[in-house]
Amino acid sequence: MNHKIVIEHLSLQYADGVESLRDVSVNIPANAITVFFGPAGGGKSSLLRCLNRLNDLTEVNTLGGRIMLDGENILDPKTSVIELRRKVGMVFARPVVLPFSIRGNITYGLELAGIKKRSRLDEAVERSLKLAALWDEVKDRLEEPGVSLSGGQQQRLCLARTLANQPEVILLDEPTSGLDPLSTGKVEEALQFLKQDYTIVLVPHSVQQAARTADYAAFFLQGELVEWAVDKEIFTNPHDQRTEDYVTGRFG
Amino acid sequence: MDKSLNWREYIITRLIKASGYSAILFVGLIFLFLIKEGVPALGEISLSDLLATRWYPIEDFFGILPLLTGSLIVTIGAALIAIPFGLGSAIFIAEIAPRWLREILKPLVELLGGLPSVVLGFLGILVLSPNLRILLDLPTGLTALAGSLLLGAIAIPTVVSIAEDALDAVPRDYRDGALAVGATRWQTIWRVTLPAAKSGVLTAIMLGIGRALGETMTVMMVTGNAPVMATKWNSIFQPVRTMTATIAAEMGEVANGSSHYHVLFLIGLILFLFSLAINVAASSVVFRQKKRAERILS
Amino acid sequence: MKRTLRISQQLSQRLGFSLLTLMVVATIIPILAVIVYIIYEGAPAISWEFLSGFPREGMRQGGILPAIVGTFYLTLGTAIFSVPLGIAAAIYLAEYAPENAATRLIRIAIINLAGIPSVVYGLFGLGLFVFFLKFGTSLLSASLTLSIMTLPVIISAAEEALRAVPQSFRTVSVSLGGTRWQTIRRIVLPQALPGIITGVILGLERAAGETAPILFTGAAFFLPQLPNSPLDATMALPYHLFVISTQVPEMPFHIQYGTALVLITFVLGMNLAATFIRSRARAKRQW
Repeated sequence: MNHKIVIEHLSLQYADGVESLRDVSVNIPANAITVFFGPAGGGKSSLLRCLNRLNDLTEVNTLGGRIMLDGENILDPKTSVIELRRKVGMVFARPVVLPFSIRGNITYGLELAGIKKRSRLDEAVERSLKLAALWDEVKDRLEEPGVSLSGGQQQRLCLARTLANQPEVILLDEPTSGLDPLSTGKVEEALQFLKQDYTIVLVPHSVQQAARTADYAAFFLQGELVEWAVDKEIFTNPHDQRTEDYVTGRFG
Repeated sequence: MDKSLNWREYIITRLIKASGYSAILFVGLIFLFLIKEGVPALGEISLSDLLATRWYPIEDFFGILPLLTGSLIVTIGAALIAIPFGLGSAIFIAEIAPRWLREILKPLVELLGGLPSVVLGFLGILVLSPNLRILLDLPTGLTALAGSLLLGAIAIPTVVSIAEDALDAVPRDYRDGALAVGATRWQTIWRVTLPAAKSGVLTAIMLGIGRALGETMTVMMVTGNAPVMATKWNSIFQPVRTMTATIAAEMGEVANGSSHYHVLFLIGLILFLFSLAINVAASSVVFRQKKRAERILS
Repeated sequence: MKRTLRISQQLSQRLGFSLLTLMVVATIIPILAVIVYIIYEGAPAISWEFLSGFPREGMRQGGILPAIVGTFYLTLGTAIFSVPLGIAAAIYLAEYAPENAATRLIRIAIINLAGIPSVVYGLFGLGLFVFFLKFGTSLLSASLTLSIMTLPVIISAAEEALRAVPQSFRTVSVSLGGTRWQTIRRIVLPQALPGIITGVILGLERAAGETAPILFTGAAFFLPQLPNSPLDATMALPYHLFVISTQVPEMPFHIQYGTALVLITFVLGMNLAATFIRSRARAKRQW
């Protein structure tokens, strides 16, 4: 199995001393959907934000451990954070549409990288929107403001925006939490298609979504990795009692 | 490509940071120059001469007390007008007026704040003072009263805008809670909303007073510019001289480096320190309120 | 008993509301009266000759062109110095500055700059620009003095406009590989621009109407020609109004009112422009 990301003994702490992650070690295989699930406060989002070093912006300190992406430690101070964030893209819980046109939203990341050629940008726009299953709905109105789209469309726009950068890993933090079931289905469908070429790490907003989408699943509880398993096993036959309690709804 | 971007960004970041600190530089510079040109006055004129009651520089009388009392009486008078009317208007706009009225009143009050002080002083000379003279049967309309009325008008927009923001910021739940237990809107305003906005209202009052204290042109034009001690009850109906007007009126005629020149800078220094004190007090009120709120919420 | 309590509460509320309403009316009426009165008395004086001619007969006749041009130059000069510096300082406070003692010191300094009496700025300008730096009584000295006075207004307004831009935009920009400055330049600053412009206009409006800071630093009683260089002294509308209403005997009233009208038109015009920009931007906002 090809491991895209290897997390070794990672410990995180908030600025006020509260521990966010305790000695977490987990592997994330390439070209698959890995799911981090568990109750709120478990550390899943914090861990996700470590993978693209978005935590640098907040009051979170790394106490120890390494995160290896393609064999290189991204927590090393010498790492180019800009390059990392182009390689590891992120979709957030609420769709954040930038105050530009639909097209402008997608080309933003490329323009940041200095790409100006019109043909390259156009090609990227079409490619990304097709991957996010949004092309047919918006191809005739690319110059309209991004905010004119519906909620579900906006989130797919955000996905397309991330894809435009041609990342290798896509992180998704409860991407469908505000969406209706139809839009949620479209996003999940897109992910199934995308995993052929990308490594996907998903924090779902429900255990059911975790069960639907996971190729690999990891259960987090209060900063600890409790259990990790392949495929649906963890939901039908969990090893740890805590996992079973959560999956069956005894707490949440 | 990343390399050149880094370089440019580095320079821009440095410039931005320097700009941020420039405010401190300017305050320091102002303070420094006031001291540089004002402190020599303390060496050239004895303290007892400075604290005398006669200001007549042509004959070397540099008593600044009349100027201090002049500023004081005009500012107090202005405060007596600006505080009730300013707060009253703020309460009306924030708590009583319907939305459409608010949208009209707020810009209107801002408009008053935008009127140049010369214009108000000009109207004071042509309209206010003559009418005051007739109305109150005074020898002249150019009095502390005229100054107070106009300064009060100038300070009202400051008081209204800050107080209205403070009242607006009080959470709806406070009001709703009071109304739910049967209080009238009037009672709610006085017992709940106003106390909750206390620090903002206090700030508004302090800054309004600061505005009145620092005003120059209006007072120079309508208070009569007579440097007499304004300590009697009817002083408000007599001409006075404020510190600000003194500087403005006499600076053009002094020789650079003379004692008169230095004393004017000294008066400027006193004004600077007054406004410093008011502003530090106002910001500490806000700071303490914030700390208390943080403690309550944590 | 309960009923009478209720009635007396209603009564005091009604009295209270009436009192406040009266206060507001007493505040608003004079504002409107002032503007209407100046328009009424000053309109007859407005003519092309008045606006484009030079003063004659000791200012008692002719026009006020040099004062108008002078105020325009002063406003421009103030903008040149205070706008870039003010916006940059606001960017620092909103986007870069950490929450520490140094930043608090900067904020205290800004609050203080805002509260310093205008005549003290005049003194400072005299000491530093006119004498120490030897710029003399000039457009340059006056503009620099007005700029420092206008700085806190611009910084406050600009910082508020920058902070109003949603934090989520910055997060997204960074997650796509943007640096802090790229984020500011491409998203934050453009989105904050209407608010910044509004603040700049209001700050410049104040500078245009001020007399005390330019009294000893740049204003001249009468100049036979328009200023040619920044080192020339200049006439200015607020100072001109002051002079003709206090220093010139037998000054025709309509010229005084006409000058006042031109001044408040300039100033209030800017106010209206700022309000217009603010409300239009609010409608067009994409967040």
